[in-house]
Amino acid sequence: MDSPQQAFKEEAYELLTELETALLELEECPDDMEIIGQVFRAMHTIKGSGAMFGFTDISSFTHEVETVYDLVRSGEMKVTKTLVDLSLQARDHILGLLDAVCEGQPADLPRSGELVRQFQALIPGKTSTPAFEVPVQEEKAEIDELQTYRIRFNPSPEILKTGTRMSALLDELAELGTCRTIAHKSKVPPLDQIDPELCYVSWDILLTSPCREEEIRDVFIFVEDECEIRIRRLDIGSDGEEQQKRLGDILIERGDITQDEIDKVIAKSRRIGEMLVDARLVDVDAVESALQEQQLVRQLTEKRKEKTEAPASSSLRVPAERLDELVNLVGEMVTVQSRLSQTAALSGDSELQSIAEEVERLTEELRDSTLNIRMLPIGSTFSKFKRLVRDIASDLKKEVDFQTAGAETELDKTVIEQLNDPLVHIIRNSMDHGLELPDVRQAAGKPRQGTVFLGAQHSGDSVVIEIRDDGKGLNTDVIREKAISKGLIGPDENLSDQEIYQLIFAPGFSTAQQVTGLSGRGVGMDVVKRAIEALRGTISLDSTLGKGTTVRLRIPLTLAIIESLLVKIGSGSFVLPLSAVEECVELTQSDIEDSHGRCLANVRGTLIPYIPLRNSFAIPGPVPPIQQIVITRIDGQQVGFVVDTVIGEHQTVIKSLGPMYRDVRCTSGATILGDGSVALILDLVPLTQQHAVTEAARLS
Amino acid sequence: MAKTVLAVDDSRSILQMVSFTLKGAGYTVVEAGNGQEALAQAQKQKFDLVLTDLNMPVMDGLTLVQKLRATPSYKFTPILMLTTEAGEAFKAKGKAAGLTGWLVKPFDPQKLMGVVKKVLG
Repeated sequence: MDSPQQAFKEEAYELLTELETALLELEECPDDMEIIGQVFRAMHTIKGSGAMFGFTDISSFTHEVETVYDLVRSGEMKVTKTLVDLSLQARDHILGLLDAVCEGQPADLPRSGELVRQFQALIPGKTSTPAFEVPVQEEKAEIDELQTYRIRFNPSPEILKTGTRMSALLDELAELGTCRTIAHKSKVPPLDQIDPELCYVSWDILLTSPCREEEIRDVFIFVEDECEIRIRRLDIGSDGEEQQKRLGDILIERGDITQDEIDKVIAKSRRIGEMLVDARLVDVDAVESALQEQQLVRQLTEKRKEKTEAPASSSLRVPAERLDELVNLVGEMVTVQSRLSQTAALSGDSELQSIAEEVERLTEELRDSTLNIRMLPIGSTFSKFKRLVRDIASDLKKEVDFQTAGAETELDKTVIEQLNDPLVHIIRNSMDHGLELPDVRQAAGKPRQGTVFLGAQHSGDSVVIEIRDDGKGLNTDVIREKAISKGLIGPDENLSDQEIYQLIFAPGFSTAQQVTGLSGRGVGMDVVKRAIEALRGTISLDSTLGKGTTVRLRIPLTLAIIESLLVKIGSGSFVLPLSAVEECVELTQSDIEDSHGRCLANVRGTLIPYIPLRNSFAIPGPVPPIQQIVITRIDGQQVGFVVDTVIGEHQTVIKSLGPMYRDVRCTSGATILGDGSVALILDLVPLTQQHAVTEAARLS
Repeated sequence: MAKTVLAVDDSRSILQMVSFTLKGAGYTVVEAGNGQEALAQAQKQKFDLVLTDLNMPVMDGLTLVQKLRATPSYKFTPILMLTTEAGEAFKAKGKAAGLTGWLVKPFDPQKLMGVVKKVLG
């Protein structure tokens, strides 16, 4: 059979036909209660079912007509020719509404309104009826805080006769939270006097739940009129009240008596509960119930105390701009502080120097704490990926176990935000190109379920994020062929595996033979690489054929301040990101002559290409006899940068150069040095690329 | 063993929806178009739950509830009523007849299952 909607339409057409016949009969014999009942029921059914299946226009209109026939049925109104005429029109209108729905046409609501007004005019002494309202489901407001309620449920003895199941009710309560239920059985008569159709038991329930009182009351909705239901929220541990000391404790503290002596005396006395029961003032169940409450309240109070004592509870929401401003100010402060240190060092004034040192220490602490404020655990991003992986896995029909580690690793908030897209891309790639289909995996002797691992950990001043899969790994031959066919490398170029992996990041490269909806969309790994580089990060690949691939991202902790190496060329100062620097070696005039203008340095037997920055920036002036090569590792390759002198490590506060220099690719900004002069921050990757371009042009 | 439900309504679409939902949840459902039919079915076999409409031809819902309660085997059986309103007057009348609970129309399958679970446990 078709959907219930379809069934409703068919049924409604049938009912409307019946209604027409009934209305015509009614015109003949207007007092026939049987026919009036038929008309009413037809309307009633159309209204009820219509509302259920989403035909609200029909159900709200029919409700108005039904109201009139309800009055007719109860004898408050007479059937007249006008009423029958109007009813027939209404019947035609309902048919029209139904047809409109079937054909996707808008409903003729003005006509509904007009007919309703005419019907209402027929009602004696009636001005207006409230419009039919479709009940709106209540939005349940979430309360995080757990509340404890004491519920006294005392059903009427007759309750079983309405088919109510006590066990169902108590189970429903138990589902709302943690429950302690104590039954009061004192009213149960001796066996020979029991009427099995009556309920003799009442209950005390202690419920700890996030629900509101109304939600608990809802459990009893069918029985509230025939039962005594008292719900009271227990106040636990509010206002941090201090427990009053017991008399015994005070006496011990004062040394008037020892613990042993007190215990002996207490052992002789009896508990208040027992005494009350003996005195027949309360029954055992009541005492038991009260004791349970006491115990629960004690437990909860302790729990709450632990909670409030945990440091996590005190946090503050601050707009991100304020933090940015603070970071900026700290940046300025670091700059000024290094000027102060420099001036103090030059002055030779020891008192000034000690003040400068103190300021330096404080500034460093201030800087670290300020940058820490912006740090967020990366875990929030991780949890989003769980869903992503699940969805992709079902799209690709692959079985994937997604594991994460190091979710608590902290990174700058902006960095985390900008990491999202690259990570999505890499994970998609791993699942699409890396992991094989379950059958293929099984044939290769691997578990059917593939694993994708996402982990983060601190490493120096950066965070390393690893995305690892146990898929088929990268096939260097395929990548190589592809790169040759795309003209990225020459056919006889001899490349290491690492160098071949790096080809994946070349623009427009895609190894998948087939373009799938997920990864092969023209945006390849080059986009990922650019995004990571924009964060001053690096990306590297490691892969074993048949075993899997690991993508490793190294991201600096923050974007605002970097550790760098300060160098000088002529009169100009430059800084290189320290994270890329491996070592510094000397370059003598004779070394240059030995290499015959090929810009290659022999470092412990390895030939490393170098770029004379003096040429790149066209800096005039005499070349010192001994220059320095700063050897860096870029994309897994060693590249040297020739400078005049290396000054040393430097805390660089990154400043943007402004829109004028937006298109200058070789610098990623500037910084202000201690003496107030400006140093450019070198962006090593574009610098290398540009050098390769000019060199190629020079050679050809 | 699967619990059995007797669903009573003169609207086939509602009957279908109720029946579809309950069968989907693993119940065995028997349908009846009015109170008279329902009573006949109830005498043939014992149901764990009766779900009935209020307004029906031949025999209405409240009469059905009264008649069922008068039958010894249905004295304590949960009986739910599908109704468009659950005002105080209805509740009082329903309870007096021996009604366990009610379900206000329009309802969705989720709500239906919620109420069924509530009374059956």
